[in-house]
Amino acid sequence: MSKFEFPKSIASRPVWGTLEPRQGEHHLMIADAEGAEAVLDIATPDLMAKTHLIYIPKGTDYVERLQALNPAQFYEGPSYEAALQRIRRVLEDAHMGLQVYLTGTEGMMGQAMNEVMTVGLPHTAIQTEHRGSAARRMQCVHCKGITEDVEVDPFVCSHCGLNLFVRDHYSRRLAAYQGVRVDAEDHGNLPEPKGIYE
Amino acid sequence: MSGAEKIQVKVTEITPLNELVTRFRFERIDGGHLPTFSGGAHTVVEMQDGGITRLNPYSLMSSPFDQSSYTISVRRDDQGRGGSLFMHQQVKLGDEMTISYPVNLFSLDLRARKHLFLAGGIGITPFLAQIKQLELLHGHWELHYACRNEGLASYADQLTDRHPNETHLYYDDQDQVIDLKNLLRGQPLGTHVYVCGPKGMIDWVRNTASADGWPEDCVHYEEFLAPQPGKPFEVRLAKSDKVIHVGENESLLEAIEREGVDAPYLCRGGACGQCETVVLDHDGNFVHRDHWLTDEEKAAGKKIMPCVSRFEGKALVLDR
Ligand code: FES
Repeated sequence: MSKFEFPKSIASRPVWGTLEPRQGEHHLMIADAEGAEAVLDIATPDLMAKTHLIYIPKGTDYVERLQALNPAQFYEGPSYEAALQRIRRVLEDAHMGLQVYLTGTEGMMGQAMNEVMTVGLPHTAIQTEHRGSAARRMQCVHCKGITEDVEVDPFVCSHCGLNLFVRDHYSRRLAAYQGVRVDAEDHGNLPEPKGIYE
Repeated sequence: MSGAEKIQVKVTEITPLNELVTRFRFERIDGGHLPTFSGGAHTVVEMQDGGITRLNPYSLMSSPFDQSSYTISVRRDDQGRGGSLFMHQQVKLGDEMTISYPVNLFSLDLRARKHLFLAGGIGITPFLAQIKQLELLHGHWELHYACRNEGLASYADQLTDRHPNETHLYYDDQDQVIDLKNLLRGQPLGTHVYVCGPKGMIDWVRNTASADGWPEDCVHYEEFLAPQPGKPFEVRLAKSDKVIHVGENESLLEAIEREGVDAPYLCRGGACGQCETVVLDHDGNFVHRDHWLTDEEKAAGKKIMPCVSRFEGKALVLDR
C-alpha cells in the first residue's frame, strides 16, 4: 500500500490531496516512484490519450504498466533534475486549460509545484497526491544546503555536517522543510535518531 | 461610520465623451495628495440629491500613481434610480463632493504571466487604470473591448493610438463578436482573464473558461449591481429596536441608513460581502441579487445582502 496518513501539523506544512480526473483537452502528469499507483488509479483510455506523462522511477518497476496506459507522450527521467528541462519546456509551450497532476514524494511534488507556479498557474489549480516514501527534502537553515530524502530525525546535513532537527516548518519557495541544529547548546549531545513519524 | 474613510473633493473637470458617457475629475479641497491605489479600485461617490443621499461606486480610471486627481467615467442610465442622472445633470464644475478612499475588489493578480482583459461598454473603466499600472510594471496584457457602436466606444481611440498591438475592438452594430473560445484556448499557461461588463458577458466568459478547464482563480470579474426597485416592504431591526419601511425606489441598505442605523458596506453592489446581515426571522420570500452568498446560503434564508437584495412577504427581522 503506497498511501501514508500524515499526522496533523502546523499551518505551514503542505497538505496533499487525492488526484481526480478533470475535464480538459490537455493533461500533464508528473510522478515519481509509487506516484505511479495514483496515475494507474485515475487512468482511463480517454484521459491518457490527452496526457503527457513524465515519470521518475527512483528504483521502482512501474514503467511497463504506465506505458501500457498509452499516454499521448511518455518520458522516463533518471532523476527529477534530469526531467526538469523537459518539465520546463512543456510548461513554456502549454496553453491555459492544461490540467496539472503531481504525485509521489513530497520533494518532487514541492519542486514541480514551484515550476508550475513560476509560469503563473495558482497553486490552488494544481492537483497533488502523496504516495510512497514519506522522506523529506530538507534545507539546513545554517548553510542553506539541501539534503534530499531524509528519513530520520535528527540527521546529518549533507553539506556542512551539522546535526539537524527535522522541523514541520516548510518553505514553498524552496520546496523544503527546515532543518535546525539540534545540539547547538551542548555540542555532541544528540538524541537517538528515529524515523520522522515515529 | 461605515464604509471606507471619506475624502472631500472638488470637481475640476467635466468632459462629455459621447452621448452617454461623461468623465469627471476630482481634486482634494485641501490641495493635498490623494491616496495611491491599485488598478481596478473604485470609489464610492456621495450625492446629495434632494432629500436622498445616494452612494454609488465608480471605477477609478486615472493612473493609480497620479495623486493629484482621480477621474471616473459615468454612463447615463435613464432607467436607473437616478445616481448617474444626478452626476450628468446636477454636478457642476467647482462643486464640492465627498468620495470614499479607493477600495479594490477587482485587483490584478500579479502572479500572472499575462493579463487578458475583456470589456463590455462602460466596463472599460477599471482596465484603463490597470493598463496604466501594467505599463509601468512592463506587464504583458491584451484587451478585447466590445461596444454597441463606434460612437459609444469610450476611450477606444486613445487605446488604439497608444497600444495598437494590444487593443482589439468589436462593434455590435457591425456584427463583430469576440471569438471567445479560441481566444481562451490560445492563451499561454499562467494567463489570468478579467471581465467587466454586462451580466450576460460575465456569465459567458466564466462559463466558457470553466468548460475549457481554466482554474477558477484565474478568472476575475467585476459587476456592480445597481439596486433594483421593487415592492415596498417592512423590516424589523432587532438590535436597534426599530420597524422601518423600505420604499419602492430605495435599497434595504439605504432605508436602514435613512433611519440613522449604522450598517457596514463597501461596494454597495453585491460583490464585497461587507454588508452581510443575519436574518433572525422571516415569513415570505427573499429576492437575493448579490454575487456574494452561495446558492445554498440563499436557499437557507439565514442571511441577506441589504445593498442589492430585497424581500417580499409578511415579516422580516434582521440582526441589526
Ligand atoms: S456592500 Fe458589498 S456586498 Fe453589500
